[in-house]
Amino acid sequence: MPDFLLEIGLEEVPARMLPAAQAELLKRTLALLEREHLLADGSTATSYSTPRRLAVLVRDVREQQEDITEETTGPALKIAFKDGQPTPAAEAFARKAGVSVEALKTISTPKGDYLAATSVKKGRTASEVIAAELPKEIAAIYWAKSMYWRPGKPERFVRPVLWIACLLGDEVVPLTFAGKIASRVTYGHRVLSSGDPFEITSPSTYLTQLQAEYVLADVEARRHKIRKALDRITKATRVVPGLRWREDEALVDTVTHMTEWPAVLLGNFEPAYLALPEEVLVTVMRDHQKYFAVEDAQGKLAPHFLAVLNIALDDVNEPIIKQGNERVLRARFNDARFFWEFDQRTPLAARVKLLENVTFQKDLGSYAKKAERVRALATSLTTIATLRGATLNALAIDEAATLAKTDLTTELVKEFTELQGIIGGLYAASQGLSATVADAIYDQYLPASASDAIPRLPEGAILGLADRIDTIAGMFALGMEPTGSKDPFALRRAANAIVKILAESELPLTLSDVLNAVSPKPDVSAKLQAFFTERIDFYLREGRDQAYDVVKAAMAAGTDDLRDLVARAEAVTAVRGSEDFLAVSAAFKRMKNILDQARAKSEPIPATVDTALLSDAAEQALASTAALIAEDVEALSAKREYSAALTQIASSRPVVDEFFTKVMVMSPDPAIRANRLALLSRTVEDFSRIADFSEIVTAG
Amino acid sequence: MAGKKSLTFQELLFTLQRFWAEHGCVLQQPYDLEVGAGTMSPDTFLRVLGPKPINIAYAQPSRRPADGRYGENPNRLFRHTQLQVILKPPPERVQELYLESLVAIGIDLRQHDIKFEEDNWEWPVGGAWGVGWQVMLDGQEITQFTYFQQCGGMDLDPISGEITYGLERIAQFLQDLDSIYDIVWSRDPVTGAELTYGDVRLHEEQQFSAYSFDYADIYSLWKHLDLYEEECTKLLAVFWKYADAYRLEVENKTVESLEKDMWKQLRFFPTLGAYELALKCSHTFNLLDARGAISVTERVGVMARIRNLIVGVAKIYAEQGRLTAAA
Repeated sequence: MPDFLLEIGLEEVPARMLPAAQAELLKRTLALLEREHLLADGSTATSYSTPRRLAVLVRDVREQQEDITEETTGPALKIAFKDGQPTPAAEAFARKAGVSVEALKTISTPKGDYLAATSVKKGRTASEVIAAELPKEIAAIYWAKSMYWRPGKPERFVRPVLWIACLLGDEVVPLTFAGKIASRVTYGHRVLSSGDPFEITSPSTYLTQLQAEYVLADVEARRHKIRKALDRITKATRVVPGLRWREDEALVDTVTHMTEWPAVLLGNFEPAYLALPEEVLVTVMRDHQKYFAVEDAQGKLAPHFLAVLNIALDDVNEPIIKQGNERVLRARFNDARFFWEFDQRTPLAARVKLLENVTFQKDLGSYAKKAERVRALATSLTTIATLRGATLNALAIDEAATLAKTDLTTELVKEFTELQGIIGGLYAASQGLSATVADAIYDQYLPASASDAIPRLPEGAILGLADRIDTIAGMFALGMEPTGSKDPFALRRAANAIVKILAESELPLTLSDVLNAVSPKPDVSAKLQAFFTERIDFYLREGRDQAYDVVKAAMAAGTDDLRDLVARAEAVTAVRGSEDFLAVSAAFKRMKNILDQARAKSEPIPATVDTALLSDAAEQALASTAALIAEDVEALSAKREYSAALTQIASSRPVVDEFFTKVMVMSPDPAIRANRLALLSRTVEDFSRIADFSEIVTAG
Repeated sequence: MAGKKSLTFQELLFTLQRFWAEHGCVLQQPYDLEVGAGTMSPDTFLRVLGPKPINIAYAQPSRRPADGRYGENPNRLFRHTQLQVILKPPPERVQELYLESLVAIGIDLRQHDIKFEEDNWEWPVGGAWGVGWQVMLDGQEITQFTYFQQCGGMDLDPISGEITYGLERIAQFLQDLDSIYDIVWSRDPVTGAELTYGDVRLHEEQQFSAYSFDYADIYSLWKHLDLYEEECTKLLAVFWKYADAYRLEVENKTVESLEKDMWKQLRFFPTLGAYELALKCSHTFNLLDARGAISVTERVGVMARIRNLIVGVAKIYAEQGRLTAAA
């Protein structure tokens, strides 16, 4: 069976959009072939991309759809024929079915005799189907930002389409997209190849033919080549032994998607620039120039950088390109140094006043106002935590809260917005403020994502909590909470950070401590609670890898003390594999159902169990065992030894099983019935303080 | 890339202008009003509106008062020069054409690393945006390449391709210099004596930095802003009065001669004059900003005022074109 190749030639596609588009094109192509019964069993598919092309290669595609035989029912026989002659109704039906009137047959149904036709739907060729359907799939690819380019604006795409190559085996599939008719012609590297178009012989020669024209279309091959080159070239510098490039997965990804034929070049800068903060130097290199930083064996920044180029290097061009890149970096570093020195003339303390002119949010006032609110919040959280035994430097927290946003007025942050907070921390340190204050300011935006660490110091954690709950509560009070995919103020991210800090820091603070600190109005409070419940659920699933049902079970037993919640969820996960635990969980579900039904019928359920009324040995056993276990569980829970506690609960399995085998809860005697319900209710309550086991999905 | 063999600053400009003239561009002179970028010249901002195709190129001195550094920073200028090319609609393979222009100014593409990095241009005050790239040459941004999508808040059809060369950056690159002020501006054909960028322009940078940062009178600037705004707003209102009157006449098919009169009124209506007033406001705003006279809270409001003018002018320009073309 023939192979299939599609290549869309484009003007440079933004690197950030390439991976998803490549995957989507592959998915859509395969779905189409599958839907149209053109995919052979065991056929395989790959996709490729460079900044200038998206491609899909499918091995073994059927050349032809199979014919489909269809039987259609027509008009009733008595309408179709009058006096043995076909009526217009019969003729119309025959025409529609594509057969002659003579070929029609009669079928009997309970409603009478009807005309029927057997028609054969001719399978189309793969080429026909692809030419007709694939353009729609290409047009449907999602782009974060797309554009018009042709007059009359017939289509939008990420960038102008320059050519389309489409082959089924050796034959061209004549599909048309964006005004381009597919051919077998493609182009090589913009500079390194001759620039002339050339013909792709067949799908299987696509990669090698491109490679001969200096295009590595396989993304992983390019990534590998770049990593290898980064390693090799860093090692080859013998200036200082032990040099290495600073790992940066995201940057490797970006440069992979920015090149067709990558090469790596090592450049240098004057060591004098190393006096600038490393954070600033690395940001200039990484974010502005897409260079990799180089560090020595101790992890200290070295005066070199690595640039990934889209050209082959030789003895002639290497020094030219190196010199150009070095000059650009020098100018950038010069600017940064100018800002660094300029900003230092106005210390952070003197910038507090300037914050009055920086709007935080139109209705929430300036950053000066925000700083005041954050100070008050931080103070109240500090007081609560201190009362519970935490050791905190309250003065440092207050100073950090006062100065936290002052770096927004510095030139350096205006130039490198991504470094806000960090710059403030650096200035604080260089202006002689205590390390606690400097670190708290430096870490205030941590964690920015799920993979980030929380602030290093508890003082920083308090600042982070206060700053974010102020923002969230303020926005909620204005009715600006996130809806659906819209979250313009990144409030979900802020709430995720609060959850992570509460769950992972040593601060003895709960979610309600944080929420109560902003004293929200009742309606806002309910919204906040629901919003945070969602974020906690998200944190446990995504941040802690807990299963959906475990999360539900653990959250049902409380969502206020988040460190405790995490411990409970993890304990449930640890024991959920055991048979006893699953059996007990199933039994719990049964108990809850019985209790629910009893409540629905308004059966009385007393708060205490009357031991005198326990007649059956099995129910006596359950009552006494449950009481013993409950005691143990409470003692273990107090020490947060939840796994051990859950093992205890699971050990009740034989007694619970015996109970359900021997005892009928809904006894005809009302007193006994009520007492048995009380026993179940008590057991469920005692054992649900760690998690609601009835939420656990027990397979089968 | 020895300095001697590279183009001087003025040769660079000649070469690029000749290149684009040979590729069908009308060469226009720089716009004689203060603008912050070549895009703001009516030859771009207004010509990209409406259906009429145009290929045009011009050098545009661009003033950014806040970027001045008294001539002391080797890489920042109060006033720099852009070479602006508008291709409406853009031809096929316009990137290749652009790369040819680099070859024309002496850049051997095999000896350099060229990348088209995503960079989407946006001018909120003009209700304008487009998608495109910054062209990176050995890590230096030398050109902004944009496919205009909207202007004055209106969708464009056809769209325009805009190529903006940063001439100082390119000259610095060609001549391999760390400072803009060392760029060789011209070389005497007889004596070989060189005049540098600093010789020609340093005093301007010094004096205009001083003016923008230290001398410009804040009170007068606010006054100017108000006056320009007032006149521009009045003109916009007059236009819509004319346009409504004209439309009414066309609808009611009133006397033909009257219709012609109104048509002429519209045709001669000074939209371009209104645009200059809006540009004046924009530059005045930039001066106030450089003087530190605009607080962050005020900023949004003043920008909205200027946006109303600039977008307002774009709207009447488009309407004027439509109405007068229909007659």
